[in-house]
Amino acid sequence: MTDVRVVENATCTFCGCVCDDIILTVEGDRITQAKNACTLGKAWFTEHTIEDRPVALVDGREAALQEAVEAAARILVESRFPVIYGLSDTTCEAQREAVAIADYIGANIDTTTSVCHGPSGIAFQGVGESTATLGEIKNRADLVIYWGGNPAEAHPRHFTRYSVTPKGMFVPRGRKDRTVVLVDVRRTPSARAADIFIQVKPGKDFEVLWALRALVKGRPVPSFIEEETGVPLATLQDLVERMKNCRYGVLFFGMGLTMTRGRHFNSGALLALVTDLNEYTHFVAKPVRGHGNVTGADNVLSWQTGFPFAVNFSRGFPRFNPGEFTTVDLLARGEADAALIIASDPASNFPRPAIEHLRRIPVIALDPKPTYTTDIAKVAFTTATYGINVAGTVYRMDDVPIYLRPAFPSPYPSDEEVLRAIKVRVCELLDIPLPNGKHH
Amino acid sequence: MSSTLRIVNGKVYDPINGVDGEIRDICIKDGKIVEDVPSDAPRIDAKGMVVMPGGVDIHCHIAGPKVNLARKLQPEDHRFDVHPRTRFTRSGSGGTVPSTFATGYRYALLGYTTAMDAAVPPMGARHTLEEFHDTPIIDKGFYIILGNNLLLYQLLKEGRYRELRDAVAWWVNATKAFTIKLVNPGGVEVWKERRNANVTNLDDKVDAFDVTPRQIIEALVNVANELGLPHPAHIHCNNLGIPGNYKITLETMRTVEGRRVHFAHIQFHCYGGEPGGKMTSKAPEIAEYINKHPEVSADVGQVMFGKATTMTGDAPLGWMLRRISGNKWVNADVEHEGGCGIVPFVYKERNYVHALQWAAGLELFLLSEDPWRLVLSTDHPNGGSFLSYPRLIRLLMDREFRNEQIRKVNQRAIRQTVLLDNLDREYTLYEIAIITRAGPAKLLGLKNKGHLGVGADADITIYTEDEDKEKMFSTPRYVIKDGKVIIKEGEFCADHEGRLLHSAPEYDREIEEVIRPFFEQYYTVQFANYPVPENYLHNHEVVPTRQS
Ligand code: SF4
Ligand SMILES: [Zn+2]
Repeated sequence: MTDVRVVENATCTFCGCVCDDIILTVEGDRITQAKNACTLGKAWFTEHTIEDRPVALVDGREAALQEAVEAAARILVESRFPVIYGLSDTTCEAQREAVAIADYIGANIDTTTSVCHGPSGIAFQGVGESTATLGEIKNRADLVIYWGGNPAEAHPRHFTRYSVTPKGMFVPRGRKDRTVVLVDVRRTPSARAADIFIQVKPGKDFEVLWALRALVKGRPVPSFIEEETGVPLATLQDLVERMKNCRYGVLFFGMGLTMTRGRHFNSGALLALVTDLNEYTHFVAKPVRGHGNVTGADNVLSWQTGFPFAVNFSRGFPRFNPGEFTTVDLLARGEADAALIIASDPASNFPRPAIEHLRRIPVIALDPKPTYTTDIAKVAFTTATYGINVAGTVYRMDDVPIYLRPAFPSPYPSDEEVLRAIKVRVCELLDIPLPNGKHH
Repeated sequence: MSSTLRIVNGKVYDPINGVDGEIRDICIKDGKIVEDVPSDAPRIDAKGMVVMPGGVDIHCHIAGPKVNLARKLQPEDHRFDVHPRTRFTRSGSGGTVPSTFATGYRYALLGYTTAMDAAVPPMGARHTLEEFHDTPIIDKGFYIILGNNLLLYQLLKEGRYRELRDAVAWWVNATKAFTIKLVNPGGVEVWKERRNANVTNLDDKVDAFDVTPRQIIEALVNVANELGLPHPAHIHCNNLGIPGNYKITLETMRTVEGRRVHFAHIQFHCYGGEPGGKMTSKAPEIAEYINKHPEVSADVGQVMFGKATTMTGDAPLGWMLRRISGNKWVNADVEHEGGCGIVPFVYKERNYVHALQWAAGLELFLLSEDPWRLVLSTDHPNGGSFLSYPRLIRLLMDREFRNEQIRKVNQRAIRQTVLLDNLDREYTLYEIAIITRAGPAKLLGLKNKGHLGVGADADITIYTEDEDKEKMFSTPRYVIKDGKVIIKEGEFCADHEGRLLHSAPEYDREIEEVIRPFFEQYYTVQFANYPVPENYLHNHEVVPTRQS
C-alpha cells in the first residue's frame, strides 16, 4: 500500500502565473490530484513520472554522476568559446550556479528570454516601465487590456486569479467593475472574456500603438489609419477615452507583440504609451511571461552581472550585447565551441543553422526528460524536476519570488547540485579558490 | 582552529572608546577584538597608518526588487565601469547601481564593512535576501516599508492599536528585516488609488481608510519604540524635494517629539520657498532642531555632482523627477505595501537647484553640533554613489578644497546658503570616524560594530595617512572583516561571506488570525508562502531588541 499525502500551498511552475495555491495529493511517486490547478497545471503535475534513465550519459554510454561531472568540466575548461543557455525552467539557485560557471570560465550566458521577451527587456532599457505586482491589478484595475497574447489558452488562470474575475478591494464586484479589452491579430478564445475586441492587421501593432500615443497627446491621426492597420479611428478614439478616464489601467502584452515585425519597437511603443497615460491617470504595463522561471533568470543575471540576458564573460567581466551574445545568433554564426544547456531544448526549437552548429560541438545537457538536445549531447544529465521534486525559488511574471514545496523526492540530483559539482570541478581545474568551498 | 592577528604601531581612531589617534595595538582572535594575543601571532605593521573600525552605512539602496530594476534599466551605466574578476573575487559591473558582487567588493574597497538597505517592500524581502547572499564581504540588513501598508491602515482606522503593534512585529519577523521604514506616509497609497495624486500635508486624508500621514507616523514611531527595535522607525518624510518642505519636516519632528526616531536623507527635506517656486535652503533651521533634540537622529543624504540614480519607495516623487528630467522612468506598485520610482539623474554644478541641494547638505554637516546623531550618507545612489564618500569626506575635512569647490558651482544658489558666512569648520579624523562608523553603529543599536573595544567584531580598516583625504579614504591599505584580512596593499587577498543582520521582536501569535484573512482576500501570494523561510538567511545574526 502506498501512503497518501497532501501538500498544500504547492506551486505550479508550468507557466509564468506561478500559482502557489495548488493542493496536491501524492501517492508514492505519483501526484494523483492537483486541486486549484488549470488543465495545463493538472497535466504538469499528474502526468509527471520519474523517468527510468541513467543519471548520466557520456557519449551515449551510461555513466556515474562523478564521471559525467568530470567530462563536463573538462569540456568547459578546454573550450575557447563556451555558451551556457536555457535556465528558464529551473530554480534561481541553479541559475546562480550557472552564472558562476560562466564567470569562472569566461563563457557566454543567455536565457530563453532572448527568444521570447528579449525585445521587452530592450524596450525596458530604452524607455522604462510603469508596472505593478499582480495583486494591484486584482485589487484596483478597472480597465484591463491584453495585447498580442492569448491568456485563456497560454496562462489559463490569469483571468480568474489576477486580472479579470477576482473581486478586489477597490473593485468589489469583480468582473462587473472592470472593462476588458483584447487586441490581437486574430480572434482567439481569449476574446470571449473581453468586452471589446480590436483586431489589428498582422505586423501593424506599432502603427496602432503610435496612433494611440498621438491621440492621447491630442494630436491628429489621419483616417487612413483604418486602411493601414484595420482599426477604425473611432475605435482608437474610444479606447483612448477609456484609457484616460479609467482609475487604474493595465496593459498586458504577449509574444504576439514582441516576436512579430517591430519587436522591441513594439514593446517600446507600448511602454511609452503607458508612461504617457500617467499624465492622466494611474496606468501600468506587464509583459505576460511564458516559462515558469524565466523572470527569475532575468533577475539573477541582472543582479549578478547587471544585464538580463545575452551576457558574455570572455574578457573577465560581463558585457551585454543582444544580437552578438544571444545564443541563436552566435550559434548560427558558428562561433561557440562548446555548449552547456540547462532545462531547454534548443536542438528542437532553434533555427536550422543554429541547430547544425550545435550538432558540431560538444554539448552538455541537463534535463529531467530526454529531448532532442539531450540526444545530441556528449554529456547528458538526468535531473530532478523543479517544483515537483526539488525546492527552490521561482519568480512570478511580476517579479514576485515564490518558494517551491516539492511533492516527493526524485532519485536524480537537482540542476543546482549538478551545476555546483561542475563549478567546483571547474575551479579545481583552473586553480580558482572557492570561498568556504561553497559560496558564489 | 583559532586565528589571531595583531595590528601594531597604527594611529587608532575609536570614538566609542574615546580613543583619538593614539598609537595602540589591536588584537584579534576568531573574528573578534580581544585583550591580547600570543606574541608570535601574525602582525600587521601599521606605522604611518590610521586604524578605524570598518565603515557602517546607515542608509543606502543596494539590493532587492527596485535596485535590480535600476540595474536592468541602465546598461549604459555599467558599460564604462567594468568590474573584472580576480583570483579571489567574482566579476560584475559598476556604475551608480553596481551588480551584487561589485557592490560588496566596492564597499570593502572603501573600508566599509556594514551597509543597510533602507527601503524594501515586505514582499520583496525574499528577493533582497537572495541578492544579499550574492553581496560578499559586508554585513547587511534592510528596513521594510510599512508606511503605506493597507492592513496597518485598516487597524489604525479601527483603533486596534495592540494588533497594529503585533502586525508590525509579525512583518519584521516574517521578512527578517532589521527595522521599519516609512516612505512618504499616505502619499504612495494616494498615488496608486487617486490617479497619481499625492498628500502634501500631515492632515490630508488617505481616502479609503480615513487615516492621515500624522496618525500613521505617530503610530509607527511608537510601535517601533515599544517593540524595542534596535534602530527606531526610519522616516522619509512627505514632500521630498519640494520647495517649502522644511515646514512639514519640522512638523513631523514635532509630532513625534521626545521619541526615538531617525530621519532619512534630511538634506532632501530642508528647503524653503513655495511649491512650484524658487527653492531656498532651510538647513540651519533643521540643523538647529536636531541639535536641540537628543532623541532625534538623521543621515544627511548629501548630493554629489555627477551621475546618480534616483530610486525610491516614494513613487510620486519618481514621477516628479521623470517630469523634471524627461529621463526614462520606472514605476512599480507593490500590492498593499507601497510603490517605487526609478529615474536616472545627473546633478550639475551649474544648475541652481542641484547646487543648492549640494550646499544645503554641507550646511547640515557644518552646523551639526553632534556628529553622533547626524551621520554621513548620500542616500546611495540617489544623491550620488557610495563611491563618492571619500570626496565628501575631503569636503568636510579640507576647508580650502571646499571653498574651491564652492566657487565652481552656481553662485546664486550659494548666496542662498550660509556656506560662505565664516562656516570654516573642518571635520577631524575623530569626527569622521564618528559620522562614518561609530555614529551609525550606535544609532543602529549594533553593539559589536563601529568600535575596536574588546568583544567587538574585528571589522577594521587601515588607511595610509595622507593630506589628500579623498585619496586616503578611497584606497585603504588593509581591510579586515571578521578577523580575516580581505584586502592587503589595496588588493583582494580573500573572499568572504558577510552576515545578515535582522531583528526578531516578540509578538502575540494570535495576530496571524487577523493577517491571514486579509491575505486570503487581497493578496495574490498564499499566506503560508509569504514568510521568508530560514534557508534564505545563510550567515545571519539576530540583533537583540532594546528591552531584552
Ligand atoms: S495558470 Fe499556469 S501556473 Fe497556474 S495552474 Fe495553470 S499552468 Fe500552472
Ligand atoms: Zn533612501
